[in-house]
Amino acid sequence: MSEGNGTGREFRVVGTRPIRHDGIDKVTGRARYGADIHLPGMLQGKVLRSPHAHARIVSIDVSEAAALAGVKAIVTGADLPEVRSSEEQSGESVTNARDLSANVLARDKVLYHGHAVAAVAATSAAVAEEALEKIRVEYEGLPPVLSVLDAMRDEAPILHPHLRTRGGEKSDRPTNVASVTVFERGDLEKGFAEAAEIVERTFDTAMVHQGYIEPHNAVAQVNPDGQATVWCSTQGSFEVRKLCAQILEMPLSRLRVVPAEIGGGFGGKTTIYLEPLAVMLAARSGHPVKLVMSRSDVLRATGPTSGSHIRMKMGATKGGRICAVDAWLAYEAGAFPGSPVMMGAMCLMGPFDVDHLRIRAYDVVVNRPKTAAYRAPGATNAAFASETVADELARRLGIDPFEFRLKNAAQEGTATAAGPKLRRVGCVELVEAARACAHAKAPLERTDGPRRRGRGFATGFWFNAGLQSSAVISLHPDGTASLVTGSPDIGGTRTSCAMIAAEELGLAALEVRPVVADTDSIGYTDVTGGSRVTMATGLAVYEAAQDVKRQLCERAARTWKVEPDQVRFEDGRVVPLTSGPEPLPLASLAKASAKTGGPIVGRATVNAQRANGPSFAGLLVDVEVDTETGRVDVTRCTVFQDAGRAIHPAYVEGQMQGGSAQGIGWALNEEYVYDEAGRLLNDGFLDYRMPVTLDLPMIEPVIIEVPNPGHPYGVRGVGEASIVPPPAAVANAIADATGVRMTTLPMSPPRVLAALREAGWRPSSSPQPSVA
Amino acid sequence: MRELRYTAPASLAEAVSLLSDAGQDPRILAGGTDLLIQLRAGVRDAGHLVDVKRIPELNVLEASPEDGLRVGAAVPCASLVEHAAAGELYPGLVEAAALIGSTQIQSRATLAGNLCNGSPAADTTPALLALDATCVTAGPGGSRTRHVSELLVGPGRTSLEPREILVEIRVAAPAKGAADAYQRLIPRGEMDIAVVGVGAVLQIADGRVASARIALGAVGPTALLAEEAAASLVGKAPDEAALERAGALATSAARPISDKRGSAEYRRDVVSVLTRRVLASAIERARRRA
Repeated sequence: MSEGNGTGREFRVVGTRPIRHDGIDKVTGRARYGADIHLPGMLQGKVLRSPHAHARIVSIDVSEAAALAGVKAIVTGADLPEVRSSEEQSGESVTNARDLSANVLARDKVLYHGHAVAAVAATSAAVAEEALEKIRVEYEGLPPVLSVLDAMRDEAPILHPHLRTRGGEKSDRPTNVASVTVFERGDLEKGFAEAAEIVERTFDTAMVHQGYIEPHNAVAQVNPDGQATVWCSTQGSFEVRKLCAQILEMPLSRLRVVPAEIGGGFGGKTTIYLEPLAVMLAARSGHPVKLVMSRSDVLRATGPTSGSHIRMKMGATKGGRICAVDAWLAYEAGAFPGSPVMMGAMCLMGPFDVDHLRIRAYDVVVNRPKTAAYRAPGATNAAFASETVADELARRLGIDPFEFRLKNAAQEGTATAAGPKLRRVGCVELVEAARACAHAKAPLERTDGPRRRGRGFATGFWFNAGLQSSAVISLHPDGTASLVTGSPDIGGTRTSCAMIAAEELGLAALEVRPVVADTDSIGYTDVTGGSRVTMATGLAVYEAAQDVKRQLCERAARTWKVEPDQVRFEDGRVVPLTSGPEPLPLASLAKASAKTGGPIVGRATVNAQRANGPSFAGLLVDVEVDTETGRVDVTRCTVFQDAGRAIHPAYVEGQMQGGSAQGIGWALNEEYVYDEAGRLLNDGFLDYRMPVTLDLPMIEPVIIEVPNPGHPYGVRGVGEASIVPPPAAVANAIADATGVRMTTLPMSPPRVLAALREAGWRPSSSPQPSVA
Repeated sequence: MRELRYTAPASLAEAVSLLSDAGQDPRILAGGTDLLIQLRAGVRDAGHLVDVKRIPELNVLEASPEDGLRVGAAVPCASLVEHAAAGELYPGLVEAAALIGSTQIQSRATLAGNLCNGSPAADTTPALLALDATCVTAGPGGSRTRHVSELLVGPGRTSLEPREILVEIRVAAPAKGAADAYQRLIPRGEMDIAVVGVGAVLQIADGRVASARIALGAVGPTALLAEEAAASLVGKAPDEAALERAGALATSAARPISDKRGSAEYRRDVVSVLTRRVLASAIERARRRA
């Protein structure tokens, strides 16, 4: 692997803003998404879902449905192989094959409202729907458990009788607590003894969904010899192949997964739901089968990320050094173990350097959909607690919040919660940039009326991921190139990867045509997740370009009849080290390749774990709080992020703005609303209130570039960290406006109004409590 | 979803006769912004959609200071929002119409549809109720006229007969020194359903309130009039204290429930605040006219 991080290098393509290669397809509607796939003889599939949050399945009778004209296949949980409990790292998270299988189709129990129970393939969607109505399922209702605190009670109804707590005290009692993880260092008692101020608060955050526009979909075709192909919307085609093969007990070579264009994922499309159903229905019916979720299916049965309960105690010295942190986090895993609570625990104090800390993290199953990754999984919940408590400490100590963060900022050598020390990071530079920006310097016009204004800042940390990637670059005879990777493009990575190839080969970005290939057309590539593609797949592209350059040098050396070490590649051509022949441009070498040894194809595969570098983000927001109704409007917003090096700054800015928008939605109005029986009440975008354009001001992005020492260009992943600060930043701004500390998400109008009332605020013209 | 018949009659008589075939389970389609979604979601059922957008009588849109307002049942909200005289005379009704959905939705959705859908949270209904608007209908028995208040029955229900078609909505010319206003509270900036909506019409004469009507949305099974709140203002100077009292009385008229969009308690809190704000807005407009 090449060393260095691009410092001092003059870039030609990197850092520019070319038009994206897939832009025309997307703005003209030509891009082919999963739901656009149509095959001859294709059947339509539908999924029967549980109306209950928690119930035993006594019996399923599909006979009447199967007899309906046009129904070609029906599957239930009994048709899936009984796979053993086995845990495997898949992308950023750990997946248990048995749980995954039981999530794809329920076995003896349904564990959440919307849990898949059966699937039907029929000649039309209407027939398939009619068939669903004719499937008779007898349920025996069980009491649902919806919150972590209820699920952790001794007498709580148990979701999985076999589940025992991993970590912590050994016990053979059935439990809903899947695991306990504790990070501890230093001496808490000693740390708190040094404190001049201690803030201790309890936080609750609601379950929220990624909210991708495109619902999950899958089309499968299975030949009589068992060769299967799946087309689907996914962030990881190899992940879909692996997980389907695991739960269907198929050899990997029997399954080809073709990633369609993807309409958003944000982490939620890194697992499987419909894909194995489509394969089973296609195998049974002998026809291709297509399944597409409704929005209600998406909200009830896919995605979300955990709601959580967090207790946070933090102390700081008179001088503003954080001296001790004691935190307790419990996250909703959903129906099966695997919340991102450990990642939340590891990110909790990411932007800070703390000597004495204890963080206890609980993964708790509840009767809600199994959570899936969502943009910096677990970190946003944690930062809502740590970043608001830090802000409160700073104010109590009379220290400017920026200054307070700088006094405690993580930097090279700072130990993370889990132990490993940070390499060079941009936390200090980020806070300094925020403090110096025009927004921070602009005076906030405060008013005495019912609408109060405030300003808040918060930071956030995310590890990012390295993982494995493959890339192949083929030179065309005219001197242009194709680039094949296995990374579905959810953030402009076709273009960023093409730019890296172009930079290395002396081409223009649009002279490299990037293609996202299926699982049989490129080497193994991990999910598009962990903000890893531009960094890790980009690294594979960089290495593949070095391979192309080596081959070009060999061809030139052969042409000149000199040794390869007598030439070098620079500025898009091979030049002799000694005087003599004229340099050979890449295009000439590509054109002559038939005569010098055949096509020129560079390839590389990487495990980029060592190349990875974490990213920090910050958000500065102004809010206006309507103290009579509790409505909060974000009126100004600036986002900061350390990109290491921005390959395509416009797409980096897009990620920063997108993460901020999602984080503000999480802060203000998004939440899963259940009734007492555990039925999801707001399973549509009308009542699952994501922000619309009018809810957000222009989000001004400020890119910080502190190169990642592990990467040849210094790239850090940028897709996630920006979602971490918003809830804390908004809460800090509300506190600045009203003196009231919000500790519950979302900070929706009723919650804000209730908190204001509790603090003594009254409607209209009567005198209000003073804002601390 | 079963198969649907679709017809688009060009006359009122033809429409009434198409609706008479009860075996077809007919439904009137105007903008379709509620109905089509309800059909897809299985909330309502229909066998025959009778599209009324081609009927001339349902496409009338007139507004004048002498004759008041006539809005045909097929007129999209966007036309009303863009109608200069309507905006001048009934700013409250027009601001309610402008709150419905997005620009695209407003190009399809109609005032009449908003009313006939019977949602307790419909934005234009409290505005129409405050204006004491009337509805002209056509049916097998001929033409009828009744007040909006008589049309509202319950969530999703109106007093319209199965074969009765709403033809147009009429509002009297504004009295001298009178003006209307409408506001709602939603958690988002747009694309949401009112948690509380308040419409009001206020008439100012000699610096005092000569008459008032206040209508509340989303806090009862139908939009409802806050009569005591309105009466408390009459004869008074419209000052801060009077508005606050009216707000408090409006809260006692509200009969909200708790649902996924808001708790009853929160809705009560917001009724008084919005009532005050809507009254203040109507007063300011009325003063400019007085």
